[in-house]
Amino acid sequence: MSSTKDIDALIEMMAKLPGLGPRSARRAVLHLIRKRALLLTPLADVMQIVAATARECMNCGNVGTTDVCDICTSEKRATGELCVVEDVADLWAMERSGVFKGRYHVLGGTLSALDAVGPDELRIPRLMDRVETEGISEVILALNATIDGQTTAHYIADQLDGRVRLTSLAQGVPIGGELDYLDDGTITAAMRARKDL
Amino acid sequence: MEWRGTAILLSVRRHGETSAIIDVFTEEKGRHAGVVRGGTSRKVAPILQPGAQLDVAWRARLEDHIGSFTVEPVRSRAAIVMGDRLALAGLNAVTSILCFCLPEREAHGPLYRRTEQLLDLLGQNDVWPLAYLRWEVALLEEMGFGLDLSACAVTGGTEDLAYVSPKTGRAVSRTGAGTWANRLLPLPDVLRGLGDAPDTEVAQALETTGYFLNNHLAADLGNKPLPDARARFVDTFTRTL
Repeated sequence: MSSTKDIDALIEMMAKLPGLGPRSARRAVLHLIRKRALLLTPLADVMQIVAATARECMNCGNVGTTDVCDICTSEKRATGELCVVEDVADLWAMERSGVFKGRYHVLGGTLSALDAVGPDELRIPRLMDRVETEGISEVILALNATIDGQTTAHYIADQLDGRVRLTSLAQGVPIGGELDYLDDGTITAAMRARKDL
Repeated sequence: MEWRGTAILLSVRRHGETSAIIDVFTEEKGRHAGVVRGGTSRKVAPILQPGAQLDVAWRARLEDHIGSFTVEPVRSRAAIVMGDRLALAGLNAVTSILCFCLPEREAHGPLYRRTEQLLDLLGQNDVWPLAYLRWEVALLEEMGFGLDLSACAVTGGTEDLAYVSPKTGRAVSRTGAGTWANRLLPLPDVLRGLGDAPDTEVAQALETTGYFLNNHLAADLGNKPLPDARARFVDTFTRTL
C-alpha cells in the first residue's frame, strides 16, 4: 500500500474545488500539511462541524446551520421588503453591501426552457406563500441581468401582479466603469434608465 | 477545419469553470455548437446572451469535433428586450424553438434570414406578433410541414376559405367543410396575408400554427414536448388583447 494514498485522496478531492486543479490542489495540501496545527487540524474540525450542521433555510433557501436562518428569524428584518435572488452567492453579495435590511428569498436558479427548468423546479410556489403570510409590501427582483434572469423576473412579476409593489434592480454603468469598455447592451440599458440631475 | 461567419446566438451552457458551450444559427452552417474558452468571464459573458448577433470563427482539428469558437459582438439584442415582457417572451420562443427543431450542421439559409429580420424587429410590439406568426409559418415550411392555403382541399375553389385541415395542413372552404367544420382548425385572413391583421386574428392564427408545431413537428422529433417558451409568449401576447 502506498504511504501517500490518503494524501493523494485529499489532493484529488481538493482538485475538485472551484478554482483549483491538480497542481494547485497539491500545493494547497502541501501547505496544509506544513501548517498542520495552525491550519490542517482546525480546518478539518470546522469542516466536520459544517458537514454535520449545514442545511438550507426552510423559509428562504439561504445556507446556514439551523433550520431557519438568522435573517428569517430576525425581527429587525421584518420590514415588509423581500429581495428575490437567484442563488445563495447573490444573497451573500447583497449582504456584503449592507444596503438591504429586509429579508431574502433564494430561487435556486432561473427558468430555462432548454434545461427544462420550470416554476416548480424553483422556489416560486414558496415565494407566493411567503408574500401571502409574511405581510410583504414590496418584492425586489434582484435577478441577474441575463435573458434567463429577466425571463424569471417577468414570470414572477406576472404571478404577483397587483398583490404587492414590485421593483427590480437598475441596469447600467457599473461604479468605476468606463463607457469605452462597456458592451453596447449595457450602454443601451443605461441610456434608457438615465435620470435627471 | 475552420470557418467564419455571422451568427445568431441560440443558447449558452456553462462548461467547466470558465468556458461555455454555445449553440449558434448561421446562414451557411445552420445550427452549430462549439466551446467558447473564457465564455463565463466578465468580459465575454455579457456578449453571450441569446439572440445576440455575433461574428464567429470556428476551429477544430476534425470536422466532427465540437471545436471552439472565438466570438466578436456585432449587435446585442438583450438590452432591447430586458425590460419588455413581450419582446423577452418572443426572443425566448424563437431561440428555444430553433434549438428544439433545427438539426445540427444543416444549412437553412431562408429561415436564417427570416430569423434575423424577426429579431431585428424586437421591441416594436405593434408589428412583432405578426412578424412572429409569419416566421412560424416559414419555419413549418422549412421543416417540411408547410401549410397549403392557396385552395380548398375538398372543392379546389379559392373562395370562402375558412379552415385548415389538421391532418394535411391544407385550406378548406366553408362549403367543403360541411359537417366536419368543428374538427377543423380556424383559418383567419391574416394567415393568408389578407386584411389588416388585427391582433385577435394573429392570436387565432398562432393557435393554428401551434397545432402543427405540437402535433406534426414535435411529433416527428420523437414526441418531445414543444418548449414552454412558445406557450409563454402566446400567453403574454393574448393577455395584451
